[in-house]
Amino acid sequence: MSISLDSKTHLDAKTPGGPLAQQWDKHKFDLKLVNPANKRKFKVIVVGTGLAGGSAAASLAELGYDVHAFAFQDSPRRAHSIAAQGGINAAKNYQNDGDSVYRLFYDTIKGGDYRARESNVYRLAQVSTSIIDQCVAQGVPFAREYGGTLSNRSFGGAQVSRTFYARGQTGQQLLLGAYSALSRQIGLGTVKMHNRSEMLDLVMVNGHARGIVTRDLVSGKIETWAADAVVLATGGYGNVFFLSTNAQGCNVTATWRAHKRGALFANPCYTQIHPTCIPVSGDHQSKLTLMSESLRNDGRVWVPKDKADVGKDPRQIPEEKRDYYLERIYPSFGNLVPRDIASRAAKRMCDEGRGVGPGGLGVYLDFGDAIKRIGKAAVADRYGNLFEMYQRITDESPYEVPMRIYPAVHYSMGGLWVDYNLMSNLPGLHVIGEANFSDHGANRLGASALMQGLADGYFVLPYTIGNYLATSGQKKVTGDEPEFKAAADDVRKRVSTLLGIKGKRSPTSFHRELGKLLWDNCGMARNAKGLQEALDRIPSLREEFWGNLNVLGDGDSYNVALEKAGRVADFMEFGELLCRDALEREESCGGHFREEYQSEAGEAERNDEKFTYVAAWNYTGDVSKPELVKEPLIFEEVHPSTRSYK
Amino acid sequence: MNLTLKIWRQKDKATPGKFETYEAKDISPDMSFLEMLDVVSERAQAQGQEPCAFDHDCREGICGMCSLVINGVPHGPEAATTTCQLHMRKFKDGDNIVIEPWRASAFPVLRDLVVDRTAFDRIQQKGGFVSVNTGGTPDGNAIPVSKLEADLAMDAASCIGCGACVAACKNASAMLFVAAKVSQYAHLPQGQAERSRRVLAMMEQHDVEGFGSCTNFGECEAVCPKEISVRVIAEMNRDYLRATLVGTDP
Repeated sequence: MSISLDSKTHLDAKTPGGPLAQQWDKHKFDLKLVNPANKRKFKVIVVGTGLAGGSAAASLAELGYDVHAFAFQDSPRRAHSIAAQGGINAAKNYQNDGDSVYRLFYDTIKGGDYRARESNVYRLAQVSTSIIDQCVAQGVPFAREYGGTLSNRSFGGAQVSRTFYARGQTGQQLLLGAYSALSRQIGLGTVKMHNRSEMLDLVMVNGHARGIVTRDLVSGKIETWAADAVVLATGGYGNVFFLSTNAQGCNVTATWRAHKRGALFANPCYTQIHPTCIPVSGDHQSKLTLMSESLRNDGRVWVPKDKADVGKDPRQIPEEKRDYYLERIYPSFGNLVPRDIASRAAKRMCDEGRGVGPGGLGVYLDFGDAIKRIGKAAVADRYGNLFEMYQRITDESPYEVPMRIYPAVHYSMGGLWVDYNLMSNLPGLHVIGEANFSDHGANRLGASALMQGLADGYFVLPYTIGNYLATSGQKKVTGDEPEFKAAADDVRKRVSTLLGIKGKRSPTSFHRELGKLLWDNCGMARNAKGLQEALDRIPSLREEFWGNLNVLGDGDSYNVALEKAGRVADFMEFGELLCRDALEREESCGGHFREEYQSEAGEAERNDEKFTYVAAWNYTGDVSKPELVKEPLIFEEVHPSTRSYK
Repeated sequence: MNLTLKIWRQKDKATPGKFETYEAKDISPDMSFLEMLDVVSERAQAQGQEPCAFDHDCREGICGMCSLVINGVPHGPEAATTTCQLHMRKFKDGDNIVIEPWRASAFPVLRDLVVDRTAFDRIQQKGGFVSVNTGGTPDGNAIPVSKLEADLAMDAASCIGCGACVAACKNASAMLFVAAKVSQYAHLPQGQAERSRRVLAMMEQHDVEGFGSCTNFGECEAVCPKEISVRVIAEMNRDYLRATLVGTDP
C-alpha cells in the first residue's frame, strides 16, 4: 500500500514551508486547478453529512463536481454536529479585545498541548473568519447585540471573546445552515443524497481510493459506488466507551474499514473528556448528556472540604466548608480552565472521596452566587434551556440546588492521518472534520470543533481535492472492476457471519462490556498496568463476540441489531488500538493522562524530547500487531512550554 | 415500576402491522423512555424476539430523529419534550402505555415505529435556503440584524424537523414545519431576495407530498418539543397571499 513516507518511519505532511502566515495563500496558488467545464466529469463520494461532510458536499457541488453523499441517518439534518451547544470560534476581533489570527493559532496550539501541526492550525485560524461570513450570509440566526452586530462570548478557557453563538444551539444552527446549502444542491440535482445508507468498506483500485461499499439500512441491499475520490466525514469514535455524549449511531466503522484498507490511524489515544456532563444514574444508562461548558462562565465548581459532608444537602454546607477547588488551584483561570484540566481535577476530588451524588461520582456546579449577583432572570436568560434540560433528566432545579456534574467522553482528537491537503496516506481518500486527526493536537478547545468541521468542508477541501483530481492521472472506474466485487463480497460475508453466530449475547451487552473495560483502563487517567490488562482482555472479549453473539432477523431487511453488531465488531478492534497507542505514549499530554507522568501537584507532564510526534498506526493484517509510523512535529513559531493556567 | 406496553410492530412498508403486548418489569423512574424501550428490547431478544425498531440518535432532544406517539400524544405527556428526553418518572406503576409510529400518509412506516420523513427534506430542497454559494460573502457585521428580529428568526429556526406537528394534526398538515423555515428567513435581511419564491415553492411541495392543509386547531404547537408558535403559520399565510398576488419577483 502506498504510504507516503520519506523514510519508513517518517510521514511527510506535505506542508508548504515558508513563513507560516503566507503558507496557505502560496499553497492555494500552487495547487493545480480543474477546468470549470471538466469538474462535472469528476465524481466525488462524501460519506457523512454533518458540518464537515455537509459543507463539503454542498461546496463541491457548487463548484460543479458530481457529488454523491451518504448518511446513515434518515436525513442529513440529523448528524451529531447538531448537538454542539456552546459556539464557534473565529478570529474576527469584533470585540476589540486583542484577538487575532495569530492569537487563535497560538491558543489552539497551546490548548492542544503542542501535539498539533502548526501549518494546519494556522490555516484553521485564518479561514475561521470566512466561516462566520458564510454562515451569516446563509441566514444562520446568530445572537445579536441591540445595534444589530454579532454578539460574542468568552468560552472554554479563552481570554478573549471570540465565540459566536446561537443560544445554546449553535451546532444545530450551523448544521442547518450547511444542510440548507446541501438541500439546495440536492434540489438542483448536483448532489445525489443517499439516506439510511451505511458505508461498510472502502474500495481501492490501483492504490487509489475509488469507491465504497454501502448497506441500505432499510432494504439491506449491499451496493458499490465508484468515483474519482472519496471523502470521509464520519465523525469521531467516542462511542467506543459505550457511554459518551455522542449520539447513539456514532461509530468508527467507516474510518476503521478505511484503516484496514491501508489508511493510517493517528493518535487514537487523544480522547476528550468533557468536564460538565450529567452524572450516570444507573445501569440502564444509554448515553451521557453534556451541559454546555458556557455554564462555567457563571457557575462555580466545588466539593465539600470535608469527606463527612458529601452526603449532606449542599444548601446546608456553609461557605467555609466548601472547596472551590478550581479557583483555589488555578487562580488566574479559575472555573474557566480548559476541559482536560477541569475534568482531571474533578476526578481527583472524587478519588479523594469528596465526590457527591450516586457513587460519589460528581461535583457541584453552583449558580447560587450568580443568581445573587445578576438575578434569577439574567441567569435564566443565559442558561434557561440548559437548566430545563438538566431538570428534565435529574428532576432537580439548578435554580434551587447546585447542579451535579461529572466528566464524560465527548470528542476524539485522534482520527485518520491526513496531510496538509486533508488527504490520507491513501491517494484519493480525504478525511475531514472530527474523523481526521489534524488540528486539535492532544486536546480540543471549546467552540473549535464547529470551526474545524466547517473550515475543512467550506474552505480547505474544495481547494485541495481539485489538486488531487487534476493530477492523479487515474483511469475512470465504473464499479465493474474486480476490486469492487471483492469488497462487496467481503461485506456480504461479514453480514452473514454476524447473522450466523447464533450465540447468546446481544451486540449491546458486548458494547457495554467493552466500554466499561476501556473507561476503567483507558479513560480519564491511564497507567501501563491497566492498559496492559485491557490489551490482554480485549482479544478474548472479541473472541467471545465472534463466538457468542446473537443477532436475530435477517440481512435483507431493516435490522437494528445487525447494524449495531457491525459497529460493535469494529469497536472491538479499534479499542485495542486505542489502548496500544495510550501505552506507547509514555507521557501525559492534553486528553491523554498517564498516571506515571505527573508532577507532585498532579499536573500532566509531557515528554517533548521523546514524544513530539504524531503516532500513526498502520494495519499489518493482524489487529494486535499494528506498525507505528511517526510524523515528527516541528515547532517553528511557538515554543512548547509547560501549559500553565495557574 | 411495572408497565404494560402495547407496541406497533410492522415488518416493512408493504406488510400490515399490528399491536403486540409486552410486560415491562422493574423499570427505574430515572430511565428515559427510550432507555426503557432498550431494556424491553434486550429482554425480548434474549427470548428470541427481534428487537423493536425505533428512530433515535442524539438522545438529547436536538437531532429530531426520535418520534413515537405515546398514549395518543406525539412525544408523550410532557410538554416541550422529545421522546428521548421524556423520563419514566412521568408514568405510574401499573400504567398501560400504547406506542405507535407517526401516522400520516406522507410518512410511510418503514418498520415497526420507524417512518420515512424524507418528504421534509424534499420540501426543504425546494426553497429552504438562501441561494448563496461558498465564498465571496460580505463581512458578518456588514449585515446588521436587529436583536428582536434575530430572536424571532431563532425562535422559528429551532425546529428540529421531527414531524410531531404532522402526527398531531387531524389533517396531517406540515404547515408548522414549513412555516418555521419560511419565518426564519422572513425575519432576516438575507432571506428577502427569495422570500416570495420560497414560500410558494415550499408550499407547493408540501401539497405534492400529501400533507393536508392547516385549519388552525393548534394541535401542532401543543406537541412541538421546541414550542414553535403557530405565529409562524400566520406569518407564512400572509407571505403566501402576498406572493400569490404580486408574483415571485419583487
